[in-house]
Amino acid sequence: MEALVASGVGVLTAVGVYLCLRGRTFPVVLGLSFLSYAVNVFLFATGRLVVGRPPIIDPAAPGYTDPLPQALVLTAIVISFGMTALVVVLALRGFLEAGSDHVDGREPRDERR
Amino acid sequence: MDLAAIVLVPLLGAVLPPLLIRSGRDACALVTGAVTAVALALLLVRAPAVFRGELLRESVSWLPQAGLEASFFLDGFGFFFAFLILLVGILIIAYARFYLSREDPLGKFYSFLLLFQGAMVGIVLSDNVLLLVVFWELTSLSSFLLIGYWRHLPEAREGARMALVVTGAGGLALLAGLLLLGEAAGSRELTTILARGEEVRASPLYLPALLLVLLGAFTKSAQFPFHFWLPHAMAAPTPVSAYLHSATMVKAGLFLLGRLWPVLAGTEVWFLLVSGTGLLTMLVAAWIAIFKDDLKALLAFSTVSHLGLVTLLLGLGTGSAVLAGVFHIVNHASFKAALFMTAGIVDHEAGTRDARRLGGLFRLMPITGSLAVLASLSMAGVPPLNGFLSKELLLEETLPVQWWSTGRLFPLLVLAAAACSVAYSLRYAVHVFLGPVRGDYPRHPHDPSPGMWLPAAVLCLPVVAIGLFPDAIAGPLVRVAAEAATAGAAPPTILELWHGPTPALFASLLAFLCGLLLLAAYAPLCRLRERSWRPEAKAMYEAAVAALAAAARRTSDAIHDERLQRTVAWALFAILLVGLATGAGAFAAGTRPPVPVTAPATVLWAAGVACALAVAVLHRQRLLALVVTSVVGLIVSLTFVWFSAPDLALTQLSVEIVTTVLMLLALNYLPRESPRESTPARRARDLAIALGSGLGVGALLYAILTSDFALPTISAYHVAESKPGGGGTNVVNVILVDFRGYDTLGEIIVLAIAALAIFAVLDSTFRGVAAERLRHWEALPRAADRHPMMLVVATRVMLPLALAVGVYIFLRGHNQPGGGFIAGLVVGVALIVQYMASGWAWARARTRIDYHALVGAGVFVAVATGIGSWFFDRPFLTSTYGYLHLPLVGAVELASAALFDLGVFLTVVGVVMLVLANLARVSARIEPRLGPPAPMDSVPRPEPRAAAEAALAAQRAEPES
Repeated sequence: MEALVASGVGVLTAVGVYLCLRGRTFPVVLGLSFLSYAVNVFLFATGRLVVGRPPIIDPAAPGYTDPLPQALVLTAIVISFGMTALVVVLALRGFLEAGSDHVDGREPRDERR
Repeated sequence: MDLAAIVLVPLLGAVLPPLLIRSGRDACALVTGAVTAVALALLLVRAPAVFRGELLRESVSWLPQAGLEASFFLDGFGFFFAFLILLVGILIIAYARFYLSREDPLGKFYSFLLLFQGAMVGIVLSDNVLLLVVFWELTSLSSFLLIGYWRHLPEAREGARMALVVTGAGGLALLAGLLLLGEAAGSRELTTILARGEEVRASPLYLPALLLVLLGAFTKSAQFPFHFWLPHAMAAPTPVSAYLHSATMVKAGLFLLGRLWPVLAGTEVWFLLVSGTGLLTMLVAAWIAIFKDDLKALLAFSTVSHLGLVTLLLGLGTGSAVLAGVFHIVNHASFKAALFMTAGIVDHEAGTRDARRLGGLFRLMPITGSLAVLASLSMAGVPPLNGFLSKELLLEETLPVQWWSTGRLFPLLVLAAAACSVAYSLRYAVHVFLGPVRGDYPRHPHDPSPGMWLPAAVLCLPVVAIGLFPDAIAGPLVRVAAEAATAGAAPPTILELWHGPTPALFASLLAFLCGLLLLAAYAPLCRLRERSWRPEAKAMYEAAVAALAAAARRTSDAIHDERLQRTVAWALFAILLVGLATGAGAFAAGTRPPVPVTAPATVLWAAGVACALAVAVLHRQRLLALVVTSVVGLIVSLTFVWFSAPDLALTQLSVEIVTTVLMLLALNYLPRESPRESTPARRARDLAIALGSGLGVGALLYAILTSDFALPTISAYHVAESKPGGGGTNVVNVILVDFRGYDTLGEIIVLAIAALAIFAVLDSTFRGVAAERLRHWEALPRAADRHPMMLVVATRVMLPLALAVGVYIFLRGHNQPGGGFIAGLVVGVALIVQYMASGWAWARARTRIDYHALVGAGVFVAVATGIGSWFFDRPFLTSTYGYLHLPLVGAVELASAALFDLGVFLTVVGVVMLVLANLARVSARIEPRLGPPAPMDSVPRPEPRAAAEAALAAQRAEPES
């Protein structure tokens, strides 16, 4: 299972990075979402993978997984939402303002690099 | 804290002058003087102990991990400098009161001056070398402000910048040098380092440390070839020049050489470098000074020359030479400050300080003239003035010196420099004050008010008094300073005016005669110099700075060319390189027993990977990409469920919904597709960076997941204390609202700020270019039924239920998965669905709560809960709890943490609604234009309908306003 999670996070990161390098704002926003997924799962997984032992105190529970990364990631998810919202709105406003949704705020010149 | 107070009084006192300037310039000057006087008094009460030879030390632990202590010490040498700095400071403050005109902001000037003064005193009293560097840089910064005080003058700004660059760069070298020195001595405290001279000189670090320290000292003290900044710093107001260049700034370098003398001096390298540089500086600057027509430039180069003199003496490495150097520092401070003040008076009263346009001023301004002539005679080394005494000592020390088997060259050059010194000193007196009165001065010169000449007169007192009774007046101070500087190696010399017919006396006489000859031959010499080639230090400096700036620009242009993609690619590439270089060893798999793979998990994994890759491939079709992205989000939330994190799963799920709605709303106004514009090469490059990043992160995570914890985690404490300490069984929630409540408070504040920023960005969309674009928006074809009846009815029926679920999740959150964050998101989703189904106008008309207020209330409740614990004498955010039994719901815990969670809940609801409602508002701008109203556009009750129409009307009216 470790290999699945690690490779999954790797794929999420790769897709996030690739999209962040695109030239239009919307893919970049999607890329940031992917990076958020990757980072959140990464941080969560530093508590190691444990099945069936949620950190809810119960006398019958056989044990608990590490609750601290979960608490950190919970706020991270909400903050990612705030960040994504801000970036989306900036992209929208930038487009309305400049008439181009290129990340440089203007349509690229012909010379392509 | 007595010693620290001497430093802190001027530094903290620096806030007073700008506040007091409203009470008038006199009050301002008096208070500034009083601040300095208090510092001086604090220093003087230590005098008896210092003269007994005691070493006073005090230390406050500051950053012990970095070896940085706020430690100060006071011995004879430090006392000597601090005394000069503060005493001359008081005179300068008085002089500046009368020198600066009404237009100059005096409060600011005094503020800078006190800041500088405090930093200078800090340098001479620091025990910790890092603290010393801090003060050293502080003098560079505050002298930048002082030199550039007349910021409307380009040469002032240029001079200030040059001084900052040269001395600041020297400061960096000094930092490195002192760190090496500390390494070699095994301590960062000067008192310890000074006692370990033998070890330091034997250490292999000695040479680099010496070179770096010398670089720092030479730049600060304007030694050749770093002498060029000082004359340009003369663009400062004269009080600043008088202060910086007589008693303070440039003396910092000499102080450092003297302070470290017991550690660094006594080697061949020290002797050759320090005395050689000193001699060269002394000679070159004295020669240039003769030909400067600007009085302040003349004095500036003479200062450089005298600094070279003291450097030379310190470089000789004998105790008696150090004593001579210390003695000369006192004498130079007195006559040079007085000379600067008289130059300022001449400039002030005659309207020019160009020697070619002056002459004969003695008769017009006899007081100033007498003072200036007296001080310049002292500088020339005429008996019985104090300059004569220290020059005598200099010649006595240097006559026998043999520098690197150059025979008699060294003393001869010293003699030549002395002759030049006589020439420029006399030129200042003769060309400005003597000769016939002229009729073409720009102004009518006369003696100024006593406020201006009195400080100069006070400075001339020691010039005469020390000359006549050297040992009675300066003897004890000079001896105690020299003894401290040399760690007891200075002989207890008695300072005397008359030494008998020594070789030094004859040399002095010879220098004087040569000086007279030079002055007599001034005109032909001047012509000769005009014709010959001279290296222009300023031009070289400017060329060097320009070359550096151009190189920097080329580098940054290559990496950052205002194209985001390129910049981001470089940044990611750099991160990748650093990660590979430093973390490659950490990528090995560990030995932790793996969690068995199950078939459903594999399917889920495959689906997630496929979706992610699909987004990468299909990202140009934006709607599709968005939908597939949200599928990935769902799979992430299932991952959380799988690995025992129900809270995370709930949060991820609700955030996913809100984010998707948000992106859909935004997509309304963005192009539906991205153009295909990346070249294959660029795609390949991006792919390589992406694959590298993915591989790196994946490998790192695999290494982590397969290893056990290196150290026991702190989570055991959280699990154990959750119920007894926090009163809840949901450990994650207890951590959020209790153990790490402070973090959560920070998070909701960040969230609130983000929401306000979004509001600000969107609210201004209705003005300017964006509004114009919106008005001409070509609405896309939509479903005829904008508000489908099924959806509208269903969402309205569901609303109370959804809200109840939100409240339930909130209430149980402390013990079961849930809590303020999740409940806030659920309620937010329930409300936003109303906007989606029934339209912005309908929902807006029924909104009784302002979302801004909701966000504010949330943060307020959370902070108030935290503050509440103060009333029970507990630290911020301490929690307490009890239970309340409600029918049906059961035992509800009433914890203060629940109140805090309520704050979180309100903030999250407010943020979600503020963001989405405002985005929806932008969409609503064009809704009325979309044809005739559909059945569900209408609203059942007349009253809200009117409100809705009013809202719509207001919306339409807005663009016109």
